[in-house]
Amino acid sequence: MQEVKEYTPLIVAFCCNWCSYAGADLAGSSRLSYPANVKIIRVPCSCRVNPMFILKAFQRGADGVIMCGCHPGDCHYTSGNYYARRRMSLLFSMLDYMGIERERTRVEWVSAAEGAKFANVMNEFAKTINELGENKRLEDLRCK
Amino acid sequence: MQVSDIKKKASEMLLSGEVKRVIGWKKGEFDYDLTPATFESVEELEDFVYDGFCGANLSKYLIKESKKEGKTLVFMKPCDTYSFNQLLKEHRIVRDNVYVVAIDCEGKLDIDKIKSKGIKGILSVKEDGDEVIIDTIYGESKVVKGEVMLEKCLTCKSKEHVAYDESMAQGVENVSLDRFSEVAKLEAMTADERYEFWRGELSKCIRCNACRNVCPACSCVKCVFDNDASGVSAKSNANEFEESMFHIIRAFHVAGRCTDCGECSRVCPQHIPLHLINRKFIKDINTLYGEYQAGADVDSRGPLTNYTTDDLDPSDIFGGNK
Ligand code: SF4
Ligand code: SF4
Ligand code: FES
Repeated sequence: MQEVKEYTPLIVAFCCNWCSYAGADLAGSSRLSYPANVKIIRVPCSCRVNPMFILKAFQRGADGVIMCGCHPGDCHYTSGNYYARRRMSLLFSMLDYMGIERERTRVEWVSAAEGAKFANVMNEFAKTINELGENKRLEDLRCK
Repeated sequence: MQVSDIKKKASEMLLSGEVKRVIGWKKGEFDYDLTPATFESVEELEDFVYDGFCGANLSKYLIKESKKEGKTLVFMKPCDTYSFNQLLKEHRIVRDNVYVVAIDCEGKLDIDKIKSKGIKGILSVKEDGDEVIIDTIYGESKVVKGEVMLEKCLTCKSKEHVAYDESMAQGVENVSLDRFSEVAKLEAMTADERYEFWRGELSKCIRCNACRNVCPACSCVKCVFDNDASGVSAKSNANEFEESMFHIIRAFHVAGRCTDCGECSRVCPQHIPLHLINRKFIKDINTLYGEYQAGADVDSRGPLTNYTTDDLDPSDIFGGNK
């Protein structure tokens, strides 16, 4: 019998240490559920996210990548997320230009107090990615 | 402005000892395969040329040459001076060691376009106004210059130099096409069509790295793509992912710094329209963060090293990401 592999999307979430990661923590300690296939990568600040990180996440099998940081104006390092915002806007626009589904990438601002928002964002993003299906356009077969 | 005047200028400055070397273009085996070169004596200047095939941007050579002892004389076309400025801004060139002479440019030729017209056995190429006269072993051919110009020259951004120590330029009228029209065409396609388009183009890449090596903005001492630990092969793309990755990252690293000199597309042996990637970034920057021309000055902040508190979120730009 042929084995049918069920598709569970893999989602990578880059979360800044000071807000979004704490937000994720709060979601956890408040027992709010969000999909287990969201893999969180803690970064010191959203500005740490190099465009290459996003691409590499896709290379290693991610179907969706989301970057979360402090709300604009609240970055622990004052302005990191402002730079990150410009960078991600350009990168996402480029991915779209290359024909890669624009729904696969997202930026959200989540504060340390927004546990519920974190869970909501992840649930919603996971749903979007589920509907989109597997990432085929930025996949690396060697890593599958 | 005559070529002989340019040559004279170079030999005068070499002889007087004002400069130690000259960067210019050197004749090759054929009329059309000239290369950038440094000349250190009047005898060497024998091979100096300036003609329709001098598309190469000389600014990047200054990173090395300007660190040598003594001054370097360099001849620059208008577009080259933008790259020069950008390199100055990034502290890559020792300004005091460089003497820039501005020269006119009426648009340079693309030998591949000439050859693709079925013209073979080329002996020499001459320009005569709007015509290009090609002498071949089979006789003479004439083509309209606009049809055989380099892509970067068809969309020339300016005929004015933005930096120089001395100008020999007399000024040329700039008739150029809209450089964003091709990008807009792609944007108007569906995602599937764009994906197909880029797969078709990027899969031709042989990762010769010529685009990276020629680019004046792409001049890091240690490049990410040379790092074995990066997991990206430094030579030859292993698969589709690496093709996309290399091109997106290469263009991203120069986003906001790319002056649109068009060298990447000029040197690509596979004729991949790399300028369409760079120009997408430029177009986005212009629309999202205000018109910006890299290299136009030496003191403004680049769009990616700057921000405003009311920049749009990616979700605003893409209509809620839906
Ligand atoms: S010059 Fe062309 S073939 Fe060479 S690495 Fe660049 S895009 Fe690829
Ligand atoms: S690709 Fe990036 S790291 Fe490599 S030389 Fe260009 S700008 Fe530098
Ligand atoms: S510390 Fe959270 S975005 Fe900078």
